[in-house]
Amino acid sequence: MRYGIAISTWNSRLILIAAGVVVILLAFAPVIAPRSLIQDLILIFVMCAIAQCWNLLAGYAGLISVGQQAFVGLGGYGLFALIILAGVDPLLAVLLAAIIGTLIAIPVGLLMFRLQGAYFAVGTWVVAEVFRLLLAQWKALGGGTGNSLPRTATTEMFGLSTINALFGVRNAVGREIVIYWAALALAAAVVGASYLLLRSRIGLALSAVRDGETAAESVGVDITRTKFAVYVFAAFGASLAGALYFLDSARISPDSAFTVLDWTAYVIFIVVIGGIGTIEGPILGSIIFVVLQSSLSDYGPWYLILLGVLGIAVMLVAPRGLWGTFSDLTGIHLLPTRRRLVPLGETPPTREA
Amino acid sequence: MLLELARINKRFGAVVVADEVDLAVADGEALGIIGANGAGKTSLFNLVAGVLKPDSGVVRLDGHDITGLTARARCKAGIGRTFQVPRPFESLSVFENLLVAAQFGGGDHRGEADECAEVLRHTGLLGKANGIAGKLTLLDRKRLELARALATRPRLLLLDEIAGGLTEAECGELVALIREINGEGVSIIWIEHIVHALFSVVSRLVVLEFGRKIAEGVPAEVMARPEVRRSYLGIEEEVA
Repeated sequence: MRYGIAISTWNSRLILIAAGVVVILLAFAPVIAPRSLIQDLILIFVMCAIAQCWNLLAGYAGLISVGQQAFVGLGGYGLFALIILAGVDPLLAVLLAAIIGTLIAIPVGLLMFRLQGAYFAVGTWVVAEVFRLLLAQWKALGGGTGNSLPRTATTEMFGLSTINALFGVRNAVGREIVIYWAALALAAAVVGASYLLLRSRIGLALSAVRDGETAAESVGVDITRTKFAVYVFAAFGASLAGALYFLDSARISPDSAFTVLDWTAYVIFIVVIGGIGTIEGPILGSIIFVVLQSSLSDYGPWYLILLGVLGIAVMLVAPRGLWGTFSDLTGIHLLPTRRRLVPLGETPPTREA
Repeated sequence: MLLELARINKRFGAVVVADEVDLAVADGEALGIIGANGAGKTSLFNLVAGVLKPDSGVVRLDGHDITGLTARARCKAGIGRTFQVPRPFESLSVFENLLVAAQFGGGDHRGEADECAEVLRHTGLLGKANGIAGKLTLLDRKRLELARALATRPRLLLLDEIAGGLTEAECGELVALIREINGEGVSIIWIEHIVHALFSVVSRLVVLEFGRKIAEGVPAEVMARPEVRRSYLGIEEEVA
């Protein structure tokens, strides 16, 4: 008997189609949704992308980084440098900034991978601080006080006039729609790419490494290379998200670009309450986070205290997070990665023969 | 010679785990290793598999010096191993455990599914292929250790106390399987406390004591030597 490998199930194909429909529906949101909701959705998409990357690092590769703000900030600063100093179109600059962030991640990663466990965590944070201090010295981009995007950059963006005409809106709203779509594409691409990564050979190696490094090495898995691939991928995702976020806010400073609170602490919260080590968790977590933030941000410090309490409660009661717990209880995986051994049916004989 | 160890030394602080050890395994041979706890048996495996690097001495595979190679490179060179305490990838399925080994340790990537299915059938795990490895019984975990090592298509298989903790019947099954694998041309080095299982497979025996090789030869003869009886069985010869 011949055998094959199957990952998808009948259900999972339906879910992929449903996910596609949701993305298409979300693409039409600017037609009906108020601007405040659009801004919340942009934040959900950006946080979802960064959280998914951190989830790959911590939940799959066992790399606890406290320094993802390094790449969010580099993405943002790369964007500002490309627009202000080189006059690149903003959307193209987002992509180029992400590539710059990724290229910087390679030597940084080579250095960080000399550190293990807690030292790795501290090291990544130190690197992020070093970038913050370095960019504060860059006078052309505003030094320590930061800088705003020139008006022309946001009014002459690619495709903007078409959208303004199409929706009958002013520049500011049109710009928001373009960024909204880009953020939706970002979240969909990062989630999709993470899923494909986990289904690939690298994903299989990652799972093996997570379950036991010595055993994984004994069957030929290159542990460092596997983790490094994830590290670089996560840097790309964070840089891309950072560039888009700062295009939306149109203002950057070293402190906002490299803040550990926004780009790592909140991200950890999102992944932990959503469900670490699951693709679905960070999506759920980022929705919960943004809903909490927009409904509770008027309460000042109480909002942060509530986030903290909620985070601790989930860690104690449901350490696998909301999605992880739900998935454990019901056996439901929306995005299956398990490879099943299936016997291949004999090819049916043709009638003509 | 398939595998050669020449004057291997390894110590951890004051503890000597390998003391001038010479060892050779021919193609297709099955070699047994016994010794009291702490004699350096598992350390010797780690030296062969590349988890440990010797302080001095040379490890050769097919005459090539592999002393500097990592565990991963040695797996790819044809050395497969099992762990004394089974270390399955617990969150993966039984099949996925083998798939990792076949994809990363086994050379080319065609026909992996068939290959894994074949090894699973061989080791009696085919029916549990899509079950989670972390939920297996001890016997199945041991089978999985063996199956996963086989999926890397080794020329030399290192078995570390694979029969320990099994019932007599289970042990018999495992012995038959190991004999079959050896019969297919895979060389074996087997560390085992269950001597009758070991002796039904191996043709040569090495005894270790405090990292030193104290005896080597045909199993029955080696076991009859007084120094082996004293060291391994703790039997003092009666004074006449």
